[in-house]
Amino acid sequence: MTTGHDTAAASPTKEGGAAPARPPAESAAEERRRARLSRRWQRDVRWSPYAFVSPFFLLFLAFGLFPLIYTGWASLHQVELTSPTDMNWVGFRNYTRIFDDDFFWNAAKNTLTIGIISTVPQLLMAMGLAHILNYKLRGSTFYRVAMLAPYATSIAAASLVFVLLFGRDYGMINWALNHVGIDNIDWQNDKWPSQIAVSSIVIWRWTGYNALIYLAAMQAIPQDLYESAALDGASRWQQFFHVTLPSLRPTILFTVVVSTIGASQLFGEPLLFDANKGASGGAQHQFQTLGLYLYEQGWVNQHLGRASAIAWTMFLILIVVGIVNYVISRRLRASS
Amino acid sequence: MTTTLTKPPADEVKRPRRPRSARAGGTLHAGPIAYVILALFTIGSLFPLVWTAIAASRDNQRLAQNPPPLWFGGGLFDKLEIAWNDANLGEAFINTTFVAGVSAITIVILSTIAGFAFAKLRFKGRNALMLIVIGTMMVPPQLSVIPLYMMVAKLDWSDQLQAVILPSLVSAFGVFFMRQYLLQALPDEIIEAARVDGASSWRVIWHVVFPAARPAMAVLGMLMFVQTWNDFLWPFLVLTQNGNPTVQVAVAGLGRGYTPDQSLIMAGALLGTLPLLVVFAIFGKQIVGGIMQGAVKG
Repeated sequence: MTTGHDTAAASPTKEGGAAPARPPAESAAEERRRARLSRRWQRDVRWSPYAFVSPFFLLFLAFGLFPLIYTGWASLHQVELTSPTDMNWVGFRNYTRIFDDDFFWNAAKNTLTIGIISTVPQLLMAMGLAHILNYKLRGSTFYRVAMLAPYATSIAAASLVFVLLFGRDYGMINWALNHVGIDNIDWQNDKWPSQIAVSSIVIWRWTGYNALIYLAAMQAIPQDLYESAALDGASRWQQFFHVTLPSLRPTILFTVVVSTIGASQLFGEPLLFDANKGASGGAQHQFQTLGLYLYEQGWVNQHLGRASAIAWTMFLILIVVGIVNYVISRRLRASS
Repeated sequence: MTTTLTKPPADEVKRPRRPRSARAGGTLHAGPIAYVILALFTIGSLFPLVWTAIAASRDNQRLAQNPPPLWFGGGLFDKLEIAWNDANLGEAFINTTFVAGVSAITIVILSTIAGFAFAKLRFKGRNALMLIVIGTMMVPPQLSVIPLYMMVAKLDWSDQLQAVILPSLVSAFGVFFMRQYLLQALPDEIIEAARVDGASSWRVIWHVVFPAARPAMAVLGMLMFVQTWNDFLWPFLVLTQNGNPTVQVAVAGLGRGYTPDQSLIMAGALLGTLPLLVVFAIFGKQIVGGIMQGAVKG
């Protein structure tokens, strides 16, 4: 484009004439060229943003939205794993089937209890940790990286190690508990112990990560809020409850939502914690989650249609949870 | 005239970065109790990892005795070698490195471009589209596995790596992360200057946005690499029939059988985790900074 400009400017002199003005033809061409450039420019400015964001949306359409809707469609059909492309319309039979299945309700209850056991202590500990990490510390980077090490560990590796640590006869945890006078606990076959053990894998992997997120939010709180609270005679605890916690509300909501989604999807941990190496979540289904139940129905019993119905039920539950979350947070905001 | 924008002064682009959370910590000094609690949490975080190595260094008989071993035995490297061969971890490592590498690089590039558009370009429907991006974060990807599985079956892609790579490319988090970074790291004046010089949008991206976004791209790349490396459910579903596993699938496979060799399982778990632990040991500070940076406005 630089060269085009130069020749246009140079051409009159080449003709030798002391042409005072540019020949009208040249100027018209120049005009057209400018117009073309500016059209192209405008097109670029107007449309390229859409081009830039389109890959994400195309990928999401193909691998996010379409599958989600198609899951709903498949949930109204009988589909077998052996020939996933043959679909027979059955209406809502898949849904009535799973709602009649005790194991579905069992899995729903387990998902809820494991979700609570894993999320609540995890976020509370993360909050405490973040509070401590927010002090002036020697070697603060070391603590942060160390606490993030579980996050780098895969679900598979973590679950396999915890199976050993929670072993009934020779596990490290029972051995330690024996020292304080507690008899061996059957962490795999008893209901609550097994749910606590599965939850502890989740807690171990995510506490440090959430602590960092809280820490980041704490560091963004303006210092003068604390100073004025201190001037008003607020103790450290009062400062924490009246300055830190309210400022963290959006972050807390964010972590609660993310943890809830994670908890509702729990799959790898209970799958690998099972001593029978099946998908039943323990001999009595004592720690079978909805994610595991979905897998069992779809890939062990080979009913993909029914598995789709489970997936959509989970999706609807999540939407309800999301709405409840939203309403509660609005109420909280309105009341404060 | 175009030459002026081919190389934007790199340091000038970087300078406007928010001072990294250099203010490490508040003003109050930590007391001894704080250090005790931190020490406990550090031990709790690291102990299962160390114990994985301890268990891998012992044989099965020793693991079935009380008290459990608390220190290393001599068999670590033998066990690692057996696990490596049994689980076909060599192939699994190549597969996973390829999958995680391709996913991470693609996500970073697409997210930077989209994040730039959301952060710095004006276009109709921008806010609505950004809301949709955030909304997609709320849709758990696992709910889509059944149709994806059908798609894979139809395309005859089971046991092939593209079946794992393609669905992993949807990353609303990446778009959001890069948008947040570019909002504060890339001054509007630099883009305008490039525009005045007649640079097209693509040139702006190549010569201005990418250089400015480099630190965040590195962090996002590492986060996405870790995530894809550790991905379990989807690879487990599509890569099991005839081999060609990722590391997680191969490691999980070690636990099968009626009398599983516990120490062998631990050796496999250790091998599957080690590369990421090395990455974290080297780049831990940057990763921590990246997670915290992504969190502030999240």
